[in-house]
Amino acid sequence: MDYKEIIARYDGKVGGIIEAYHALLREFSYLPEEAIAEAARVFKLSTAEAYGIATFYSMFSVEARGKNVVRICESAPCHVAGAADVVAALERELGIKMGESTADGKFALEFTECVGQCQATPVITINGKPYLDVSPAQIPAIIAEYK
Amino acid sequence: MVNLTIDGIKVSVPEGSTILQAASEVGIKIPTLCFHPDQSIKANCRVCVCEVEGNRLLQAACAMPVFEGMVVKTRTPKVLEARKTILELILSNHPQDCLNCIRNGNCELQDLAQEYCIRENPFEYKVRGFAKDFSTPALFRDQDKCILCRRCIEACSVVQSVNALGLEGRGYNSMVVPTLGKALIDSPCVMCGQCIHACPVGAIGEREQIDEFLAAVANPDKVVITQIAPAVRVAIAEEIGMMTGEMPMGTFVQGLRQIGFDYVLHTNFSADLTILEEGNELLKRLKEGGTLPMFTSCSPGWINFCETFYPDLLDNLSTCKSPQQMFGALAKTYWAEKMGIDPSKIYSVSIMPCVAKKFEAARPEMNDSGYQDVDLVLTTREIGRLFRMSGLDFSKLPASDFDSWMGKYTGAAVIFGASGGVMEAALRTVYEVVTGKTLEDVNFAATRGITGIKEAAVDLDGTVVKVAIANGLANARKLMEQVRAGESPYHFIEIMACPGGCIGGGGQPITKANVKRVERIEAIYAEDEGLPLRKSHDNPEVKTLYEEFLHEPLGHKSHELLHTHYHPKNKKFL
Ligand code: SF4
Ligand code: SF4
Ligand code: SF4
Ligand code: FES
Ligand code: FES
Repeated sequence: MDYKEIIARYDGKVGGIIEAYHALLREFSYLPEEAIAEAARVFKLSTAEAYGIATFYSMFSVEARGKNVVRICESAPCHVAGAADVVAALERELGIKMGESTADGKFALEFTECVGQCQATPVITINGKPYLDVSPAQIPAIIAEYK
Repeated sequence: MVNLTIDGIKVSVPEGSTILQAASEVGIKIPTLCFHPDQSIKANCRVCVCEVEGNRLLQAACAMPVFEGMVVKTRTPKVLEARKTILELILSNHPQDCLNCIRNGNCELQDLAQEYCIRENPFEYKVRGFAKDFSTPALFRDQDKCILCRRCIEACSVVQSVNALGLEGRGYNSMVVPTLGKALIDSPCVMCGQCIHACPVGAIGEREQIDEFLAAVANPDKVVITQIAPAVRVAIAEEIGMMTGEMPMGTFVQGLRQIGFDYVLHTNFSADLTILEEGNELLKRLKEGGTLPMFTSCSPGWINFCETFYPDLLDNLSTCKSPQQMFGALAKTYWAEKMGIDPSKIYSVSIMPCVAKKFEAARPEMNDSGYQDVDLVLTTREIGRLFRMSGLDFSKLPASDFDSWMGKYTGAAVIFGASGGVMEAALRTVYEVVTGKTLEDVNFAATRGITGIKEAAVDLDGTVVKVAIANGLANARKLMEQVRAGESPYHFIEIMACPGGCIGGGGQPITKANVKRVERIEAIYAEDEGLPLRKSHDNPEVKTLYEEFLHEPLGHKSHELLHTHYHPKNKKFL
């Protein structure tokens, strides 16, 4: 769907720009400049302000990135539970470093802060879906679901 | 009134006052960084913290309202320790670059580091390492020095309604960036330079061109001439430790000769000329049904704004070049011929209160003389630096006079420096041209002052001309929206991009509060009041110029040299 149509659906809603950004992410996996400028127009902000919102929240990205966003929690409990090994496994499986996207545009690898699942650390999320108690050995199978 | 005690001193202040305001009433200075007297309260730097009895946590004095019976302590060991830590944290990622910094000696952070005796910093020193932004010819940004106070953002959005600056990211990683994190030139920035005044440190500044000037002076083949804008004299005094308006014109001229100018001329000459061209243009539009309201065109930040945000209204702009560019075009034609100087040898420098003038002079179309009309623009601040570098003592310097041809001016030109001045100058001339009568009282009170939008109506022998004046681009935007909607009741609109007009320009001595702008405005009208000639059409050198060279306002030669056209900027993101 066109970014203009996506944004228009949230016109007039309180906090609509955040929802519009989420909807845009589902479609494009990042927020293109044109979409930020359009959101500014619709929600009566300056482009500079709309960009501020887009960069404030870590779940949004203004850089083009892989379609499936794999995020690993780096907050203390996950860290202690061995997040570093999971990071290594993810990097190995996808052949990219943290913060990068795969050449085929399918995967992006990012850190996130605590996602509120500290009872079952380490935690990764893919497109917002959490995977709990992850071990390095499980990574190939999890990634395969999205290939 | 609310009664409270600050450091044992009783004070009563109006309800709603902050601790900061109450403390200043009794002569207690509380340090600030994000606080700006003309802006909203930001309370993000915390350097103003104080102890308030009954509160466990330290309170920000700039934000905390006073209450009855409040007991405040502004310099307990706990307070001093906290402020010191805050400063040390800021300095831990701030370049230790004071000696090379454009704000050395005029920096709020440097002052506080000095006042709080910051010597050794316990925190690890790590500069963020951003690239500097030199993308515009008017100003630079040095993000490493930014302390994230956000004062520039408010200047650009609230005062100017340009919104070229915003925040990116958050927490430790946040920074102030132009629109979409791009270079400043790719943002809607109109180069007004108001963010420079807002910035407490050296994170934004003018593109300094002192070296280019010194090279021209050192070049024996160059005849270095200068024109001075009217707003410069009243403010230059501040740069060398004198009071606003205190620098006598003759001393100023001598100072300019001393730093190397071969001829000292005046933009005021071409300001008078602008009035004749623009006044006649207005009369022509009124008579022949041209596009109205007509907008003044002397402020290059405003021209950039109109080209960026209101490209549909470019026909409303007067086609007159700014006084700087009129002067530039004439200097290498009329003046060169009269003086018998080869125009290719002339190095034409203008001294301006403005950073957008640097951009204007570099516009490719500004070459009607056959050369680049104006070679270099130096701001009031840069001239201040050259004066300090020269070691001149202005209290002893003998006076000197302007050189001839394009050095004479009237009071009407002087007031170009203040918001409403161009309008008042135009009315003084238009009234006499239309009615054939002598204007006895040349003062138009309604056009004066720092109020954002002013209006007036003038009866020209039965025809009532309605005029409006805006200073600061957020105010200009209001008038433009009216025009765009077809609801503007005015015939003539004066716009100055900077609050207060050119006296508050982006190249003026760093202006921390609007009260300073008001002082400069007063100095401008005092100068006008003291001059023998106060109407542009009485300028004898302008009369000669028309007799010998231009022949008539809006004539063929004028069109060739003194008028221009505008181009939509087509910025991708606003
Ligand atoms: S901004 Fe101020 S503290 Fe920083 S280097 Fe410049 S003068 Fe020094
Ligand atoms: S120069 Fe003016 S328009 Fe440009 S960023 Fe600064 S305040 Fe905004
Ligand atoms: S650039 Fe200057 S005014 Fe703007 S946030 Fe940084 S320190 Fe403050
Ligand atoms: S710390 Fe990782 S989910 Fe809470
Ligand atoms: S001056 Fe009070 S918090 Fe910055």
